[in-house]
Amino acid sequence: MTTDGSQTQVPAIEVRDLRKSFGELEVLKGFDFHVNEGEVVCVIGPSGSGKSTLLRCVNRLEEPTSGQILIEGEDITDVDADVDALRSRIGMVFQSFNLFPHLSVLRNLTIAQRRVRRRSKAEAHEVARSNLERVGLLDKIDAYPSHLSGGQQQRVAIARALSMDPDMMLFDEPTSALDPELVGEVLAVMRDLATEGMTMMVVTHEMGFAQEVGDRVVFMDDGAVVEEGPPEQVLGDPQHERTRRFLKMVR
Amino acid sequence: MSASTAKPASTAKPGARRPRRLTKRQQQRLVRGVLYVVFVAGLVGLVLLADWETTRRNFFNVELARTMFPEVLTIAARNTILYTFLAFSFGLTFGLLLALMRLSSIAPYRWLATIYIETFRGLPALLTIFLVGIGIPIAFGTRWPTLVTITLGLGIVAAAYMAETIRAGIEGVPKGQMEAARSLGMSYTRAMISIIIPQGFRIIIPPLTNELGLLIKDTSLLFVIGTTPATKELLKFGRDLLNINANATPLIVVGVVYLMITVPLTQLVRVLERRNARSR
Ligand SMILES: Nc1ncnc2c1ncn2[C@@H]1O[C@H](COP(=O)(O)OP(=O)(O)O)[C@@H](O)[C@H]1O
Ligand SMILES: [Mg+2]
Repeated sequence: MTTDGSQTQVPAIEVRDLRKSFGELEVLKGFDFHVNEGEVVCVIGPSGSGKSTLLRCVNRLEEPTSGQILIEGEDITDVDADVDALRSRIGMVFQSFNLFPHLSVLRNLTIAQRRVRRRSKAEAHEVARSNLERVGLLDKIDAYPSHLSGGQQQRVAIARALSMDPDMMLFDEPTSALDPELVGEVLAVMRDLATEGMTMMVVTHEMGFAQEVGDRVVFMDDGAVVEEGPPEQVLGDPQHERTRRFLKMVR
Repeated sequence: MSASTAKPASTAKPGARRPRRLTKRQQQRLVRGVLYVVFVAGLVGLVLLADWETTRRNFFNVELARTMFPEVLTIAARNTILYTFLAFSFGLTFGLLLALMRLSSIAPYRWLATIYIETFRGLPALLTIFLVGIGIPIAFGTRWPTLVTITLGLGIVAAAYMAETIRAGIEGVPKGQMEAARSLGMSYTRAMISIIIPQGFRIIIPPLTNELGLLIKDTSLLFVIGTTPATKELLKFGRDLLNINANATPLIVVGVVYLMITVPLTQLVRVLERRNARSR
């Protein structure tokens, strides 16, 4: 899915020397990273290495301590940046789904369209329906989240994010909370998204997915990039001892 | 059915298995038996010894009770419910504001709300009612309309209690909900209104209903600010009749009316709690 060679293009996401500390604990230690438009980048690494923190900094759910984050060339670490407008352009999918349990599936998908995008009811419904169809859950439009399986909930969460017509999607271990037999249906939806050309940054432990769908794999450990490259290289022929040890552990 | 089929099992080994001590089951049965006997004896004693005629005349005087109707319902009960409603509405609205202030990222708001909540939860409700109903009118020489005085007198304290309940409700909503809402581009305020507060309130409906029940009973403190015949609530209504007639029947009648209001409410809380427990 990589865009072929238009050198003038700015990356969808660019992270420069990002540092993030929680009190004394430095979690990100000078992180440099980018995702091009239409690219699928999979971020792998041991638990506690700062993957979620990195992802959450990108849409400023966490405030970076220092460094720069540019979204489509625009510096979002700027104090004057309109964070709400920025977030509405970046879809985010959480490990724990985080659907709104008091709202029906339809309302989960329309509430931000109506309140943030100011779309008409009819338009919001139309968008919601087409996105539910995309994830194969149109028949659940009137259900409540608690009546859905984990896999279905995560697919609704993806449809909810897509309903805002985001320019890019962030996934934080979207299948880690799922029973093994439900992982496939969520990965299938993500694979379709990638095929359609969505810019994606995916934190995952699903090496098969990274191998097959990822344009690039980034292995991080202890708050910094250890190595990155095409999946065949990073997963198939890792250059660093830490990468090899990690891969041996997860396989 | 016949004796020959009913007996053999228990008499198969006469004496052989006869327990020297009572089994645990038998002990329990004995204790229960004794408790029943005590209960019945007490009841019989009460019936035999009590002065039923005096009791009837002073507590269950039907003629006197009859004179209380319909005013006990149309004026007294109505006022109790009206005052409760006003104070509850004020307490809920102001309590929500205080709860949001306590959760605010702006420190002075937090301090202010904390001071308010600690103050009015720490004072006797009666003191606040005196303050609003008598202290302030004396100090400033102004008299608010009675309903305003009543709403504030009860509502100021109710708000302090409800603020803590509401805050607990809001904090009980998983953090991921706010993050999901914000990640969709909602502002903090929008996320609060559409996502967090509705879920928080669902959690706290049972405790809030409890507070409503407490408030109903607290309306009985309002007598201290002085009432006219038209503004009496239940307890004041009953007390005045008690004094006039030197008879306790009005208190019994008023008590029954209170229970008619509060018992359904506590039942409602139970239903809500059960429903809440099931939906988790
Ligand atoms: N809000 C927070 N406050 C304090 N420490 C945190 C916070 N969030 C994450 N951390 C710490 O930062 C480190 C990295 O966490 P995280 O980014 O979640 O790692 P990963 O997603 O790779 O497992 C962990 O040691 C974690 O305990
Ligand atoms: Mg994580």
